[in-house]
Amino acid sequence: MDLSFWLPLFFAGAMGLALLIYVLLDGYDLGIGMLLPFASEEEKDLMIGSIGPFWDANETWIVLGVGILLIAFPQAHGIVLTALYLPVTIMLMGLILRGVAFDFRVKAGDARKGMWNALFAAGSLIASAAQGWMLGAYITGLSDDTTGLLFSALIAVTLPALYVLLGSAWLLIKTDGALFEKAIRWGRNALLPMGLCLLLVSVATPLVSSVIADKWFTLPNAIGLLPIPLITATAYAGLVWLFNSPVILRSGYGWLIFAALTVICVMASIGLGYSLFPEIIIGRLDLWEAAAATESLLFIFWGTVITLPAILGYTFFIYRVFRGKATALSYD
Amino acid sequence: MELDPFMLARMQFAANISFHILFPTITIGLCWILLYFRVRFTLSGDKAWEYAYSFWVKIFALSFALGVVSGITMSFQFGTNWPGFMERAGNIAGPLLGYEVLTAFFLEASFLGIMLFGKERVSNRLHLIATALVAIGTTFSAFWILSLNSWMQTPAGYRIEDGVFFVESWWQVIFNPSFPYRFFHMLNASLLTAAFLIMGISAWRALKQVDGPATWRVMRTGAAMAAVLAPLQIWIGDLHGLNTLEHQPAKVAAMEGIWETEKGAPLTLFGFPDEEAKTTHFAIKVPKLASLILTHEWDGEVKGLNEFEGATPPVAPVFWAFRVMVGIGVLMLLVGWWATFTLFRQPLESRIEHPWLMRALSAMTFSGWIAVLAGWYVTEIGRQPWIVSGLLRTSEVVADHASATLMGTLLGYVGLYAFLLVSYIAALRYLATKPARSLSLLPQAQRFHKPDQEGV
Repeated sequence: MDLSFWLPLFFAGAMGLALLIYVLLDGYDLGIGMLLPFASEEEKDLMIGSIGPFWDANETWIVLGVGILLIAFPQAHGIVLTALYLPVTIMLMGLILRGVAFDFRVKAGDARKGMWNALFAAGSLIASAAQGWMLGAYITGLSDDTTGLLFSALIAVTLPALYVLLGSAWLLIKTDGALFEKAIRWGRNALLPMGLCLLLVSVATPLVSSVIADKWFTLPNAIGLLPIPLITATAYAGLVWLFNSPVILRSGYGWLIFAALTVICVMASIGLGYSLFPEIIIGRLDLWEAAAATESLLFIFWGTVITLPAILGYTFFIYRVFRGKATALSYD
Repeated sequence: MELDPFMLARMQFAANISFHILFPTITIGLCWILLYFRVRFTLSGDKAWEYAYSFWVKIFALSFALGVVSGITMSFQFGTNWPGFMERAGNIAGPLLGYEVLTAFFLEASFLGIMLFGKERVSNRLHLIATALVAIGTTFSAFWILSLNSWMQTPAGYRIEDGVFFVESWWQVIFNPSFPYRFFHMLNASLLTAAFLIMGISAWRALKQVDGPATWRVMRTGAAMAAVLAPLQIWIGDLHGLNTLEHQPAKVAAMEGIWETEKGAPLTLFGFPDEEAKTTHFAIKVPKLASLILTHEWDGEVKGLNEFEGATPPVAPVFWAFRVMVGIGVLMLLVGWWATFTLFRQPLESRIEHPWLMRALSAMTFSGWIAVLAGWYVTEIGRQPWIVSGLLRTSEVVADHASATLMGTLLGYVGLYAFLLVSYIAALRYLATKPARSLSLLPQAQRFHKPDQEGV
């Protein structure tokens, strides 16, 4: 077996998985952050209580994703992060504000709670929009022409809708009563912009690169790939239907929304991965050109194989410990 | 000093890393202290220890959050500011950082949830284990990042092909020559910083008359730690210095302000280093002492900055930072012994009326921060102009952003960090001023969730 061929492939998969998990998990944290201004004071505590035990570990998945980019593909890491310098910086500031507001809002005294709630929401929005911008710029090959910038801007305003939906979906699992009803409304409002985001991301890569277009639209590949758009469309239709049939959601099936969103995100990742492969930066660098030395990859490969299942195991355990509906915070 | 993109990139990274290190310095040490409180409570059932835990775990969580968000910033800045470093040394730096994420970040971030919010959902034993896992996680994190930093100071176990580093031996990379010294010096610094933090805030509570039985137990814990760890730190620091002399003599020459190689070199206690004139103005010197300390011989030869033409670090900041660090270290030793001597002569349950000691301790609350920053400035500025000592210059790996971009983001970061630092200290003050509750009104665990069954 040729390690110099397989190891970069393994790490590309691991990076994709880490970023997918990040989007799903921190996506609901960020979504709840953006929804915060629309909730009453008591609901705010409840919403933050519902993500309190998880957010820190959720955020760690982006560190792993970027970490793998750095470890396994140092050439690409330098190019991507240099090209995305400004959106990365803005995202980091958003994540900083969001992360510290978690603690400050309950520890800095009641007089400042309003300010920290506002910063929590602002940080979540800034980070989400910046991530949208980064995604847009990345899938258009990091070009800085007008079309590229316009596209990045479009993703920047629509990706937050996905996070809002994830946030609503999380509330449908963790809450009941008035907040549950609000979450249904919030989620329904986010459906359309989220669909637009999905559509844009799907059509972008074939438009940017004729090679990618050929991969999708020539026979017989096109038939084999058909399940990806079909499943995505079905899941989206399912979301629309569920949001318009709240009686189902109320009778204990709130988790279906999160499940459908997970299906959509998984499909989008597979589609994106298929489009890009074997390139890591469209039109510039492929996986193997960008990869670190094989002996370095092998060293971290063993660490990943041992620790990643353990991480998934105790993440599952933590979610089990904190299962059930959330209640309001009662800091002493 | 001109504000070219190179200098701005360095200032930005320095601002971020300086802000970041404040919080892990607290959390690494504080988490072991929390574990100690938890163990004491479990063994004795004395609720004062439980109260100490629930008070300090809040400060721990706040510090941890600040450490996490500024640490994430760093993981991105390696790429945004120093892309050349990852392209050239990525084969070595990458896996070390990767192991930090895999073995430390997830562990601490995940079990922190149980530590903070799980008291009512898990058994006492599991809660204790969660606290221990977070403490182990923070220490693992220090292990990997200090291994990488030490490798940049004293590279080993590598080969270079076409300017790119490759690994020859992971063992030699990880346990490179300066790593053991730096690791224990930093762990000990962290414990000392946390010891003075818990003493300082407890003393402040005593001065404000809002103290309770837990306050005094915590203060004694800090005092005992300081009394033992401060002298230990001076000893480890000396060993570390000898290691630096062997591997990075230019750094030591800058620390001591030694301009020319000489035998029987005097120790400069104080003065104003002048790099243009290559001399130290108004120097107060003790004859032959530098040679004695560094070589353990009266007439030992100490290399001066003249030996490293074109590759010397800036002298004044290294020289000054070193004196600040040593000065605070000595002060910590004196105050630590004073506190121990005073506190342990009194019975445990009594309030101790000693306003001068209380004032001194609360003035020293953040002394660890200053010493740690000064120490890091010595070692990091002292490594310049190299990013990997003797092999790769910092200027070779910088990204080519426009000065205006860097200046704008630098101001953004500095503004944000200043705001957060003020908020952090204000929050600590707010928490510290809340009156202690009597033991019968012991707070319940912070409730986030409705428990749906007993324990897990």
